[in-house]
Amino acid sequence: MRTGSSFLTRTELVYFAILAAVIFVVFPASMDIFRLNLFGKYLTYAFVAVGLVLCWGYGGILSLGQGVFFGLGGYCMAMFLKLEASTPEATAIQSTPGIPDFMDWNQLTALPTWWEPFHSFPFTLIAVIAVPVFFAFVIGLAMFKRRVGGVYFAIITQAIAAILTILIIGQQGYTGGVNGITDLRTLLGWDIRTDSAKYILYFVNGGLLMLCLLAAQFVRRSKLGRILVAMRDQEDRVRFSGYDVANFKIFVFCLGAAMAAVGGAMFTLQVGFMSPSFVGIVPSIEMVIFCAVGGRLSILGAVYGTLLVNWAKTTFSEMFPELWLFAMGALFIGVVLAFPNGLAGLYNSYVAPYVKRLISARGAGRRMAPAE
Amino acid sequence: MSFERPNLTRIGSALRRTVLTGATALAALSVAAHGSMAADVNTTGLAVTDDTVTVGILHSITGTMAISETGSVQAEKLAIDQINAMGGVLGRKIEFIQEDGASDWPTFAEKAKKLLVNDKVAAVFGCWTSASRKAVLPVFEQYNGMLYYPTFYEGLEESPNVIYTGQEATQQIIAGIDWVVREKGAKTFYLLGSDYIWPRTSNKIARKHIEKLGLKVVGEEYYPLGHTQFNSVINKIKLKKPDVIYAIVVGGSNVAFYKQLKAAGIDMTKEKPLLLTISVTEDEIRGIGGENIEGAYAAMKYFQSLDNDNNAGFVKAFKDMWGQDIVIGDVTQAAYLGPWLWKAAVEKAGSFDIDKVREASPGIELTTAPEGYVRIHENHHLWSKTRIGRAGADGQYELVYETKDLMEPDPFPEGYQ
Amino acid sequence: MFDGYTLSELGSILAMQGFAGLILFSVFVLMALGLAIIFGQMGVINMAHGEFMILGAYVTYLCSHIFQNYLPGLFSIYFFVAMALAFCASGALGMLCEWALIRHLYKRPLDTLLATWGLSLILQQAYRTIFGAREVGVSLPDWMMGSVPLTDLIEIPINGLFVMALTLIITAAVGAMMYRSGWGKQVRAVMQNRVMAGAVGINTERTDRLTFGIGCGVAGIAGAAFTMIGSTGPTAGQLYIVDTFLVVVFGGAASLLGTIASAFSISQAQSAMEFFLSGSMAKVLTLLTVVGILMLRPQGLFTLKVRK
Repeated sequence: MRTGSSFLTRTELVYFAILAAVIFVVFPASMDIFRLNLFGKYLTYAFVAVGLVLCWGYGGILSLGQGVFFGLGGYCMAMFLKLEASTPEATAIQSTPGIPDFMDWNQLTALPTWWEPFHSFPFTLIAVIAVPVFFAFVIGLAMFKRRVGGVYFAIITQAIAAILTILIIGQQGYTGGVNGITDLRTLLGWDIRTDSAKYILYFVNGGLLMLCLLAAQFVRRSKLGRILVAMRDQEDRVRFSGYDVANFKIFVFCLGAAMAAVGGAMFTLQVGFMSPSFVGIVPSIEMVIFCAVGGRLSILGAVYGTLLVNWAKTTFSEMFPELWLFAMGALFIGVVLAFPNGLAGLYNSYVAPYVKRLISARGAGRRMAPAE
Repeated sequence: MSFERPNLTRIGSALRRTVLTGATALAALSVAAHGSMAADVNTTGLAVTDDTVTVGILHSITGTMAISETGSVQAEKLAIDQINAMGGVLGRKIEFIQEDGASDWPTFAEKAKKLLVNDKVAAVFGCWTSASRKAVLPVFEQYNGMLYYPTFYEGLEESPNVIYTGQEATQQIIAGIDWVVREKGAKTFYLLGSDYIWPRTSNKIARKHIEKLGLKVVGEEYYPLGHTQFNSVINKIKLKKPDVIYAIVVGGSNVAFYKQLKAAGIDMTKEKPLLLTISVTEDEIRGIGGENIEGAYAAMKYFQSLDNDNNAGFVKAFKDMWGQDIVIGDVTQAAYLGPWLWKAAVEKAGSFDIDKVREASPGIELTTAPEGYVRIHENHHLWSKTRIGRAGADGQYELVYETKDLMEPDPFPEGYQ
Repeated sequence: MFDGYTLSELGSILAMQGFAGLILFSVFVLMALGLAIIFGQMGVINMAHGEFMILGAYVTYLCSHIFQNYLPGLFSIYFFVAMALAFCASGALGMLCEWALIRHLYKRPLDTLLATWGLSLILQQAYRTIFGAREVGVSLPDWMMGSVPLTDLIEIPINGLFVMALTLIITAAVGAMMYRSGWGKQVRAVMQNRVMAGAVGINTERTDRLTFGIGCGVAGIAGAAFTMIGSTGPTAGQLYIVDTFLVVVFGGAASLLGTIASAFSISQAQSAMEFFLSGSMAKVLTLLTVVGILMLRPQGLFTLKVRK
């Protein structure tokens, strides 16, 4: 087995392949389009969870405001789609045709200037990443340069999430308020609500997630990843070794934000709307929990954790609509108390040894009896 | 490519359906007593058998909105029970699948889709906030479902897939303001609301109407949902001395607002200023406490205290089913109308097919409604009376005025957009 | 803004807004005091703090029912009994949670956040199952709901005065316990150096449990007091959580004095801005200012100088 500079070890390659098989083969083959779309929605949260593994698991930065980035990415995409849906013909009954319906309800008579660039698809694609990353950069710069960390950082990001939610809800003429931006129909003339579009979007989403995972894996394996771990465990020693700790933190925080933003944009495309309920505190904490359930040190675990928690949420709430919160609460407490390393920890301590033995046994067997 | 792969489940269910129709054809004679066969009254594959029809109930039973939506769920279940006791719809018992929207708009959309696509329900009774309705609306339009929406709301909407059983804003607002101006000689108004679309739009309609009457709005203010500190706005009200406080505060904020108003020495029974609300039903008063809101006026279409035979029967049945100390508000009553309006439309159409039910809906009237009489307008809203009630210390409204005629629903009022 | 007001009216505005700010200040201090003990002293990020408060509110609700039905003669003073019971109930639940949950997590402070979030979900659903999803109305004795008119414009709400007095008493009591009693000394010793405290014979486990219990108990009293000004429902606790944490963090987590100072500045700023702006914008601006200052001064307003 190669070590050091290698990007993916053989075992890791197998794990990646298994996840790819689950996403691209098992789910589409075993589910109807309704469930598949639902799992597509869950997978958009996995982007955030993977980003959190890097920020929190490796960098030790716990952000309770990832929903902000998820939401910003989603809103950028939603603005583009809304403008496309608000053609003068489609909105002919409004007093000002051609602007989004919620603006008309709020007596706006012209499109606000900052909405104008979102007529352009390339601009939107850039904005989906750039706006949240810029935001993360500003927050990160302000906080990490001043050595705010740990619990303080968590609570400040939480407050930022609260501020943005109130702001979006309050400025409803520009943002759609608490309803969010709804009734999105087409992307560049392509109807995103049909079943075939849902299939395509699901696979695009899966592909992007795999890319994100590879990027995360790259960071983990790189020198940067090792510095992050060193920073998390002994920040001062890293600082004394001559590294600018803040810059690394800002970078990984921005990376996490970018991943969350991609998830948000894919969410908007697959679900067909974006609302401030994703920007707030509750979803932000839930996303941290997805990551914790999966195992905060495992990028693949984060994906499985997200899927597990969301699947459990949907199933519990369908089976016991009156009692499902008990089950969710118990799940979170159970994971934190009994399995602090989440699913990945469980796998590593209980399953992996058997697998390893199995592989090595077979390998040994092959060597013993090559003729077979 | 895999997205073009044949939809196995669809083939499966189609197969099952042919098998079923075959079986029912054999048993046709014995089934004839039931009336029409499933295939006749249901050509679009809804969840209708020879004995049952499945509908969906989609409200929040967890999260912050559960406080308000519980009453609607109870009313819908009561109506379904009563309809079943009378023999059901087209000879079929109504069965329901209940889903939890969890006070979260995307969850509403997800569950609506599940009800329509997976469960193939014939109708959905549900949603409460405008945000949840806006979230499910594209789903209902895409998969052609039928939603019966119970809440009074801001209007500016008219979907072929929704029947709005509550009042839209103009019905509630215009009559209420006209009344305070005529009866109480009000000249100045202070508009106040929670910060989201319904209070904002409603206050806009109210402001236009007030200004059209040549009167004055002296203040307009919004607080975030869930806000609990209203002392500052109460001070502003004291300073501006309006004749009327027009309050559209919702949810938990209500309790804080009215308690603090009373504690600040504004005695609503003196009507100086007078308080007129369109957001506080008997349900909310339970949380606020009757003694804290005594003397306030509310403009809506239904109060539990309405004195007519329909209502007496409804209140009794509701209490028998859900407990004697329960209260019934405007939205609860509107939710109760949903299943009955749907039943009437299905029977008029002679079919469960969504398109036929939609076509049959305008003109459907209900003489058994607890609020008296309602009729579905071409625009899918209800013709209904608007009533003014005065809150008493016992938590009930006492009727002080009702419009002589039914108010015409006008979801897109001229010049208010 | 001030056109059309006479000088005396302006004076009244100032007085009334100042008073509104003081009420808000008392509310913030009550909310934050329990958390200042739990988060500030013990480092536990208790996301279920709001739910402990609501437990106090529900206890008050039960008391009001019992007194109304069985002891109507004593109804006018039931509130004091309710507050005592609220303290006991929330404190007992807090100690139970500490024993079952928190004590396993002292070495992982960020994990307490996740576990207590799960706890808050469970408590919310428990309230919903027991008391119903609707809000409950807590009836208060008449004397608590009135007001004292000073001038034509200025009226002092009695419940506001009550909350202020309560805040004063509780703060004094907590302060005395923390800085004057043997228990307080033990708590501070354990927080500063657990191992050393254990070595000199302090029963650290008992101290932890008691500290957490008292923090939760104070939250219960706050919840009881909030039935006078807010709503009581299964999810009402979540409304307070962000404000509460911000107050504690802004003040400098480890300092009770800081908590009080930060509650004072945030509440005065917010109520002043509420007068000139709409409620939503005032809230946004207040939060932004607090976050901004925290970025400049991450350790909070008042902290001991520590070498890092």
